[in-house]
Amino acid sequence: MAMTRQKVLDQYFMDARHKLIDVAAFLDRVERAEGDADFRLDAFKDAMKRLDGRGADRANDVLMAFSDQTQEPIDKAPGKGACGAWSGKAQ
Amino acid sequence: MRFIEPHAHMVSRTTDDYLDMATAGCVALCEPAFWAGFDRGSADGFRDYFRQLTEYEPRRAANYGIKHYTWLCINPKESEDMALAADVLSVIPEFLECPNVLGIGEIGLNKNSRNEIKVLQQHVDLAATNDQLILVHTPHLEDKHKGTRLILDVLKHDSRIAPERVMIDHVEEHTIGMVLDAGHWGGMTLYPESKCSPARAIDMIERFGSDRLWWDAACDWGPSVPLAVPRTACEMRRRGHDEKLIEKVIFENPKQFLSQCERFQVDYA
Repeated sequence: MAMTRQKVLDQYFMDARHKLIDVAAFLDRVERAEGDADFRLDAFKDAMKRLDGRGADRANDVLMAFSDQTQEPIDKAPGKGACGAWSGKAQ
Repeated sequence: MRFIEPHAHMVSRTTDDYLDMATAGCVALCEPAFWAGFDRGSADGFRDYFRQLTEYEPRRAANYGIKHYTWLCINPKESEDMALAADVLSVIPEFLECPNVLGIGEIGLNKNSRNEIKVLQQHVDLAATNDQLILVHTPHLEDKHKGTRLILDVLKHDSRIAPERVMIDHVEEHTIGMVLDAGHWGGMTLYPESKCSPARAIDMIERFGSDRLWWDAACDWGPSVPLAVPRTACEMRRRGHDEKLIEKVIFENPKQFLSQCERFQVDYA
């Protein structure tokens, strides 16, 4: 690690603060909107819980919260795209 | 600063991008075959594309003093159609002796389907049979972790494949460890929204070391930045890393991996 903890804060605090406020505003926006949410919001909220943990593996934990953790290949690709969170249903 | 851009889809970029990359110190770039945003209807469409990659783009790059190399395949996004994949696989050997072809890529998985795995196995067989390097695309977002594991299984089960001759691209924090543990190289793709930010890519160098890793822009027709590698080098400098380490990540490492194909030459002293 080339930086002290103080230098990390000096260099990245404002950027992280900006992104955190954007996340808060995103959640407010979802809350204000009408209609049902889908599995992505649940995955997002679950991923946020991973930020509370100790240690230095939060990025890994958040990525895993969004990931398909099943083992077997699916029978047929349903399309080409990915939406960022696993629906929880084997396709 | 000099750098190698090991993954760029220049057919989707303008000549201004070549100029900017050359100005920033790019001496060579590698363009893997990919899905161009819409499905091609026949193997002839791929034949034209492979000609573009082996004839036209090298000339366009040379206008800016950049050496252009390429990798050939049918991308996993088009692998669900087994008949088309078989046709395209039969075309690829026509191009393997072209002077800028480095190997088979970017192959891999997209949605982790059974057909995608079969086509991946066929590509791996083609590479092994013709003693080619392999460049692997790992799936996007929620499919990446599972797909990376499945890809490593396919490679592990073909005893002809030397792990150090395979680059597994688009690694992130949840996949980098398994790729390096399997003896492969790992690529971090610097994208504005998905994959890696510059800060995270540097974090991974700090955590996992600098061996067998490279950064790439993978610039194409989506949100992507052709100068992502030199910008990340600047960020690494801001963190206080020394020039030798920066040069290792952006020049020496890609040179070391790519030079396993004797066609890859960078003259820059």
